[in-house]
Amino acid sequence: MLPDMMFYVFATLTLVFGLLVIANPFSRNPVTSAMFLVLTIISMAGLFVLLHAFFLAAVQIIVYAGAVMVLFLFVIMMLDIKAEQRRKIKKVAILAGLLSVGTIVCIFLKSLHATDLNAHAAPVTEGDTALLGKLLFSQYVLPFEVVSVLLLVAMVGVILLSKKDLK
Amino acid sequence: MHVGLEHYLTVSFLLFALGLLGVIMRRNLLVIYMSLELMLNAANLALVSFSRFNDNLNGQVLVFFIITVAAAEVSVGLALIVALYRRRQSAHVEDLTTMKL
Repeated sequence: MLPDMMFYVFATLTLVFGLLVIANPFSRNPVTSAMFLVLTIISMAGLFVLLHAFFLAAVQIIVYAGAVMVLFLFVIMMLDIKAEQRRKIKKVAILAGLLSVGTIVCIFLKSLHATDLNAHAAPVTEGDTALLGKLLFSQYVLPFEVVSVLLLVAMVGVILLSKKDLK
Repeated sequence: MHVGLEHYLTVSFLLFALGLLGVIMRRNLLVIYMSLELMLNAANLALVSFSRFNDNLNGQVLVFFIITVAAAEVSVGLALIVALYRRRQSAHVEDLTTMKL
């Protein structure tokens, strides 16, 4: 019973913080959005723990809430955030957004209702690090190496992009 | 009511919808980018819950790769935003209309 209760707590937290990322009634400051994104990610790590994906929960917090968000905050500090606060969200944009998002949520929920998910009632999969590591270095060893090349490419690209005179 | 796969999927859908709403509604490049991260995370949540309830670890490996690619994508995207800001002194999509006819 406790995991079920924890699910509702973490799910509510995730959705509320997610909403505050995109539309905070008290502040239009991107820094606030970034902070709420950190909170969203941390509550989502809680959901991962409830799904027994312990390794991914740790990675989620270290990589997303740690590295990626620090990067975001650094960039926000470099840009002018005063300009953002002066601007208003357009009514048309809100209307268009709500319309399209309402449609897509309807499609999602309808398809979820119509599909037989074939889910196990009592799942036994444990996302522990040893099993995941074994899978990663046997079946998925080629994608793993390719991803390392991708990181290198991204690094070279970022260094090139951040040079003063972009040629 | 027992929490099952459909509960997690609903949360994932709603989170994805929030991200999409942010992308459409907001005009600041950085906030749009954060909304994109939200959408990626929603997909991750769906993958992890499928992996859990289908007794299959492959979904979690996929999420691991998605997180790695997302980190690379964020670094490149933010570098682009900074380069753009140096040129234009603005990070608003309304000001970036050079390609408009």
